[in-house]
Amino acid sequence: MRYLYIFSFILLASFCFGQQVQKPESGIFLLKGGKIQTLDQGQVQADVLIMDGRIKEIHNDISHPGAKLIDCTDHVIYPGMIDGGTRLGLAEIGSISLTQDHGEIGNFAPHLDALTAVNPSSVNIPVTRVNGVTTSLAVPSRGRFPGTAALIDLHGYTPEQMYAGFKGVVLNFPSTGRRGSWDRRSDEDIQKADKKAKKELNDFWKQAELRKDIINHPDAEEDAIDYNPQLDALVSVINKETTLLLEVNRKSDILTALKWIREKDINVIFTGVSEGYLVADSLAHYNIDVITGPVLNNPGRSSDRYDVAYANASVMQKAGIKVALRTNESENVRNLPFNAGFAATYGMGYEEALKAVTINPAEIFGIDKDYGSIEQGKVANLFVADGDPFETKTKIKYLFIRGWNIPMESRHTLLYDEYLKRSPGIE
Amino acid sequence: MKQYIFTLFILMLGSAISAQESGDILIKNGTVITVTNGDLKFTDVLIRNGKIESIAKDIEAENVEVIDASGLYVMPGIIDAHSHIAIDAVNEGTNPVTAEVNVGDALDPYDINIYRALAGGVTISHAMHGSANAIGGQCETIKHRWGVKDPVAMRMEDAPRTIKFALGENPMRVHGEGRGIVPATRMGVEQVFRNAFAEGKAYMKDWQDYKSGKTSVPPQYNLRKQTLADILTGDIIIHCHSYRADEILMLMNVLEDYGVDKICFQHVNEGFKVAPELAEFGAHASVFSDWWAYKFEVYYSTAYNAAILTENGVVTSINSDSRELIRHLYHEAAKTQRYGDLSDNEALSLITINPAIQLGIDKRVGSIEVGKDGDIAIFKNHPLSIYAVPQYTIVDGMVRFNIKDDAADMRLEVNPEEQIPAFYEYRAHEEEDSCMQGVFEQLFLHNHQH
Repeated sequence: MRYLYIFSFILLASFCFGQQVQKPESGIFLLKGGKIQTLDQGQVQADVLIMDGRIKEIHNDISHPGAKLIDCTDHVIYPGMIDGGTRLGLAEIGSISLTQDHGEIGNFAPHLDALTAVNPSSVNIPVTRVNGVTTSLAVPSRGRFPGTAALIDLHGYTPEQMYAGFKGVVLNFPSTGRRGSWDRRSDEDIQKADKKAKKELNDFWKQAELRKDIINHPDAEEDAIDYNPQLDALVSVINKETTLLLEVNRKSDILTALKWIREKDINVIFTGVSEGYLVADSLAHYNIDVITGPVLNNPGRSSDRYDVAYANASVMQKAGIKVALRTNESENVRNLPFNAGFAATYGMGYEEALKAVTINPAEIFGIDKDYGSIEQGKVANLFVADGDPFETKTKIKYLFIRGWNIPMESRHTLLYDEYLKRSPGIE
Repeated sequence: MKQYIFTLFILMLGSAISAQESGDILIKNGTVITVTNGDLKFTDVLIRNGKIESIAKDIEAENVEVIDASGLYVMPGIIDAHSHIAIDAVNEGTNPVTAEVNVGDALDPYDINIYRALAGGVTISHAMHGSANAIGGQCETIKHRWGVKDPVAMRMEDAPRTIKFALGENPMRVHGEGRGIVPATRMGVEQVFRNAFAEGKAYMKDWQDYKSGKTSVPPQYNLRKQTLADILTGDIIIHCHSYRADEILMLMNVLEDYGVDKICFQHVNEGFKVAPELAEFGAHASVFSDWWAYKFEVYYSTAYNAAILTENGVVTSINSDSRELIRHLYHEAAKTQRYGDLSDNEALSLITINPAIQLGIDKRVGSIEVGKDGDIAIFKNHPLSIYAVPQYTIVDGMVRFNIKDDAADMRLEVNPEEQIPAFYEYRAHEEEDSCMQGVFEQLFLHNHQH
């Protein structure tokens, strides 16, 4: 009787949590019989041993007693994809502002930490990772300095567990473009607003430089320095301890931004850069790394050729710029492989497009020692698929994040399983 | 006399322009994806006077433009059952019922998004009223005849009339929250339909009584009520913005009470939950490939929606509702192979013959068949591959997109006063409210009046 009670309790529990994905599995895994996708030598036949969250060994015919065997015959093992700019974890339901944690009030707030607001239980996370995206940058988005972006792996129970080792202060560089078709400001007003925005930005920067000098002054006493986390965040950029993620899109704004950073000795990544294809040589000349996207996007101007957004990443890459891709999405970061596919189709080619979502972002974020490719010693972020991961037809069979075997489930697959053959159907 | 010559001249000019709207083309040696009759390799398609004249191997024809499609894929022009391009007014958000307005009165042939849709193989779109009202305005099925400057020439002649309905959050937000009138809930939404249909029915009866001599005074003509009556008599196909399963069932119940059966549910994110009911009613579904979570009523969504609906026998299409997605509907359809394993032909039906059925134009378009309109999209690589690139898009036998010959700037007009070129910063999700275009301006004005 007691067993019946327990049994029905378990049954009830499984009903209640029918919308929740299963627990990921930890342990030692041996990926056998497949090929690995390298980034410079094509696909190579090899087994992969995963232990302690890392790629322990890559070799032909590995055997390891106690390892769980994962059959990869006729399949290819790909490095997990990294999205260089999203709201994943910071946004849950678009129209409900209380579920949106990416846009704080205030124009100059580089100290706001996106990682604090990452929700490890976001329903969007499993939906994303089953398409092979294992890592994403959570980017705050409102005001001139909206905060500090944080790179996260898409499994973990606390933001700290998910943190993947890169943070960057976001600067929305003053834009001289219109904000949308509804933006009916006169050209004069736009210029005025731009002048004001640049002055405020430069004033804020000067304050941070002054603060840096005060902090570093030999006579400075620590407790005499007032509490100012905003400026401290920027001081960290000026000290080259933190990278600046400079969001800029319009051609002339990109050139202005290049001039602006030339006077500063900082680590900087340009993001957005939707008109980078018009100034690719300048960006290459200054050795600027770029995170661009979405690729699946409209041209910025009505006079533009229809495919400029598809081709932009490719033009920059061919000019010698290190390019990573982003979706700028929240619930549909899962489309990163398809954005990469369009970039591949419109000039980049498969291999460069794959790099743009794996090793390039890893290098740009300075975490390529641990991320971005399938190599011994790196973090075991990878997936196993039956073909080209950019093709919609391709099926992903297994997914590993930090060595955890992640179930190929999400709200979307669970609803499919429940409703494909609904029971009861029509009575 | 002068006047007559002038009129004659204008008439001739007019006929000259319309005479240019269909053409003769021979597409040689492609893989022809007919959609309704399998794939035909190394096959030619001959279009004469804008209509498909023959589909066969080695067709010989004179006085036609020839396109060499060797190694290319030739498919029916893609049809988008839900878009808001080529119109410069979307929402008449001033009343929960505005059946009398028609977006066909606001067509904009200069909209560059028409060309960009062509560059994605899309030849026909359903220019829809927005979703601010439970019963919104009438919609227009347009052909993407880029280059014609007469709005009327955009219309697809003889396409059935359609009207936009809307359930759930949008009408509740605009009227209940925004204006303090019914509907503020899904209960209220139901009653808006019941009241409107009752009015339409009474109006019909008034006219019948007058025509049969029962009454001697003619009823006052009312375009809104007349349109509602036309819905009740089945002259207008309903296209209803909807998300949740319960509200979908609600509208089907209301329609059943009034004997209306022509309905295509739009978006219908929870259609998968009531797929058997939709199939039994004969309702159609036009869905997003993967949009979800942009509002609460689409939080419990699945990208497998199109697959579940298809497996349950519901005529399903994939639409854009976006000037971005309309450029790659072939890719959106391809996602049903990731999410639900649809076959190539099932996936391509979602953007060709199925939307044609939903718009009531499947006798003319949606597949490559003799006698149908010469609306064709030609791709390098299979259209469901991520590596597909549209090469030519043909409408009524006229090449409207040619990847090799077209200029970069394809605008039909340029604003000479524009100093700072309009460059629009990317905003995530700007598209998601395209159904709500124009509403916020109205709400804003409204709040200031009070």
